[in-house]
Amino acid sequence: MLAIDGSLLDFKQLDLMALRQTALHRLDPRAKVLTTLCFIVCVVSFDKYQVSAMLPFLIYPVVLIAAGDLPPGYILRKILIVIPFALLIGLFNPIFDRQVVLQIGALDISGGWVSCLSILVRAILTASAAIILVATTGFPAICESLEKLRMPQVFAVQLLFLYRYIFVLTDEGIRTARARQLRSFGQRGLGLRHFSSLAGHLLLRTWERAERIHMAMLARGFSGEVHSTRRQGHFGKREVIFTVCWVALFILLRLNNASLLLGSIFTGSM
Amino acid sequence: MHMADALVSPAVGATFWAASAGIIALSSAHLRKELDDRKVPLMGVLGAFVFAAQMINFTIPATGSSGHLGGGLLLAILLGPSAAFLSISSILMIQALFFADGGLLALGCNIFNLGVFPAFIAHPFIYRKLIGRVPNQSRMVFAAIMAAVVALQCGSLGVVLQTVISGVSSLPFDTFLLLMQPIHLAIGVIEGVVTALIVSFIYRARPEVLECSVQDRPIGELPVRSLLTAFLISAALLGGVFSWFASEQPDGLEWSIAMIMGSEELPETDLKAHEALTTAQEKMAILPDYTLPGEAGRGNNNHRVGKTVSGIVGGALTLVLCTLVGVVLHRKRQG
Repeated sequence: MLAIDGSLLDFKQLDLMALRQTALHRLDPRAKVLTTLCFIVCVVSFDKYQVSAMLPFLIYPVVLIAAGDLPPGYILRKILIVIPFALLIGLFNPIFDRQVVLQIGALDISGGWVSCLSILVRAILTASAAIILVATTGFPAICESLEKLRMPQVFAVQLLFLYRYIFVLTDEGIRTARARQLRSFGQRGLGLRHFSSLAGHLLLRTWERAERIHMAMLARGFSGEVHSTRRQGHFGKREVIFTVCWVALFILLRLNNASLLLGSIFTGSM
Repeated sequence: MHMADALVSPAVGATFWAASAGIIALSSAHLRKELDDRKVPLMGVLGAFVFAAQMINFTIPATGSSGHLGGGLLLAILLGPSAAFLSISSILMIQALFFADGGLLALGCNIFNLGVFPAFIAHPFIYRKLIGRVPNQSRMVFAAIMAAVVALQCGSLGVVLQTVISGVSSLPFDTFLLLMQPIHLAIGVIEGVVTALIVSFIYRARPEVLECSVQDRPIGELPVRSLLTAFLISAALLGGVFSWFASEQPDGLEWSIAMIMGSEELPETDLKAHEALTTAQEKMAILPDYTLPGEAGRGNNNHRVGKTVSGIVGGALTLVLCTLVGVVLHRKRQG
């Protein structure tokens, strides 16, 4: 029961982080969305056996976490939750790819283990990029920026509706689940039959709520567009500098293996 | 199951992004023509309902483990194809952003796998056909199970194909297929039963809610053929664009060894941009002699071992450096 409440709390916490006031938060959302996409594409475009060249990309989440004043422990925990899903598939690599590609002393390392490690690094980098984007930008701003980048309006409006009601309705879902759990002993009452009538009632309440919301909005002059009271974003000099600098760095790191460079300077093996 | 960014290649990710974006645009245009502005808030709120319903678990009969509602087919039944597709897409977008579930590049794949099949295939061609004009309980359960099974089988086939084509995972096609399809058969049956039970509850309590979706003609001006064409065109286009990018990099074991040992020099065909970058880098570097990796003889074993060591040492150093930068920046902000 605590676990359910915890996941929602987590969700709200991430949303609240977007309200902080740092230079990073004040940047136009489009700059952050574009940079994040660029980052992910660069990371994902590496070869499946590449590990060392990907590590320098960590600089992006690290700098953004610091600049955005985000709690590193929280972000790390969020990332750790998602990694098992990617790793579940990644762990098959050592089974199917047994070609030895690397020897360290007497230890033979197969290509599968290397590519599995590569998947792990990819998962960490891409997940952190997505979470940091929300934590520094906020969902409504992301929607707005996507709309400016030509996302259809109907889709944007219903995304905003979804976002607004997700907290209300998940609260209701959690209350329902808790009430049922308190009244059921052992496995009794947790089956499909009771679930379906609970979910059905919740659905009917939701439906009626949607109708009420719509009427209330019509009464206030809703014409199919959600207006925001936030400051209108402006893609100015700061945004251009932010995007161009990061993208240039990504391209540089994509074409040159900075880890290897650093290592060879350090070991003097060149 | 969600595709993850870590398993997807840029070409596959971009292709499905284009396909999903195209279908979102078509569905939005279709919805706007319908002129039922009641539907837009309803879509959003029902999307939120799916999240809420997922908070309530149920025990799966005969196994004792617990599961939760997926919701794709339920939305399709309640809202009709295009509206359901948009609603499912927005749910996936929230999951990708807030839970990093799937990821942003894989979002296109996920929308395609979990949105297109229930909304445009399973609902109009299976559920609607099987349920007939006068629905009753047993028919509804049967139709929902069949529709959910088909939707999930197609979806998991999509995951398998996208993973195999991306090539990041080494899982062979047939093994992965044998792993995924049976699991999703079971999930599909359960999803179908749950969906049918909820729909029949609504049917008994407030049948008029279901009326509105029955009147919505399936697909309408959004024929499957044009969806497929849109998808094929974007696939061909992006495949063409990305394949030259990919083909510059030699494939096979030799190259993979080179990659682990640290990147070999990029092929000579490779672009003035790289040259310019290297010269720029040479100018900026403190120790210019060290800036050209892999220049000394290829295939020299000792040299390769040396490179491996420097790759590992360098990787470790990079990690330490990144952490240090973070700590310093964090301290600075706090202090």
